[in-house]
Amino acid sequence: MAFPDRIERTLDLTHPPAKVWAALTTAEGLGTWFGNQAEIDLRRGGEAQLTWTSGDKAQLTIERIEEPKVFGFTWHIYGLPEGDPRRTYVEFTLEPAGAGTRLTVVESGFAQLPDDAHKMAFDGNTDGWGKELAELVSYLDAA
Amino acid sequence: MQPDNEAIAEQVFIALADPSRRGILAALASDGPATATDLANRLPITRQAIAKHLTLLAEAGLVTAEPGERRRVRYQLHSAPMQVAQQFLAAMARDWDGRLSALQTHLDR
Repeated sequence: MAFPDRIERTLDLTHPPAKVWAALTTAEGLGTWFGNQAEIDLRRGGEAQLTWTSGDKAQLTIERIEEPKVFGFTWHIYGLPEGDPRRTYVEFTLEPAGAGTRLTVVESGFAQLPDDAHKMAFDGNTDGWGKELAELVSYLDAA
Repeated sequence: MQPDNEAIAEQVFIALADPSRRGILAALASDGPATATDLANRLPITRQAIAKHLTLLAEAGLVTAEPGERRRVRYQLHSAPMQVAQQFLAAMARDWDGRLSALQTHLDR
């Protein structure tokens, strides 16, 4: 069994890079093909929020903007608890190809190790719950 | 990914492949720590089989035994190995093919 660390796809589009760039980096674009609604603060370190009608949400932190060539962001690893600090990095690369664009998307970082500090914090949380419930019980017993 | 993380994930998937073990984990997740006897009362599994499954689950790091007298030992869920396995699943759940096809449709409109 091998752990996949990265996902890579290449797509040839008949549209020019400027149009593809807009689809990737504007609220209108992201809120149409990616989420059902989006907000974006397009600057390095800025954030984008995607929401879906299902109630799902994603928060992207923008890492790289080289208009109209590279757009990179980090986001949460699906399935891990909300407070988990590990994030994957997604990078879109746009290359002109004739009148169109060759778009490559690479998402990497799935195979990150949980760092020990986080593990301790997480185990601490689990213990914390037990302790807080115990405190609640003694509080109720005292009343 | 370090080989030990692969081993952790593999043990999680082996543990989850058995319906009785899934039942035990689900019971611990929804109702909290329980003894083997509690679990045998709640699930359609014999106490002997429960004990055998709990040993395997403890070896996989998915349950931990609270200290106590032999028959009174309570087992509780330990989620860290699940999170390692979730990372493996996360790469498959990303669905870039679906997203890129939505992007293509959006651009072609």
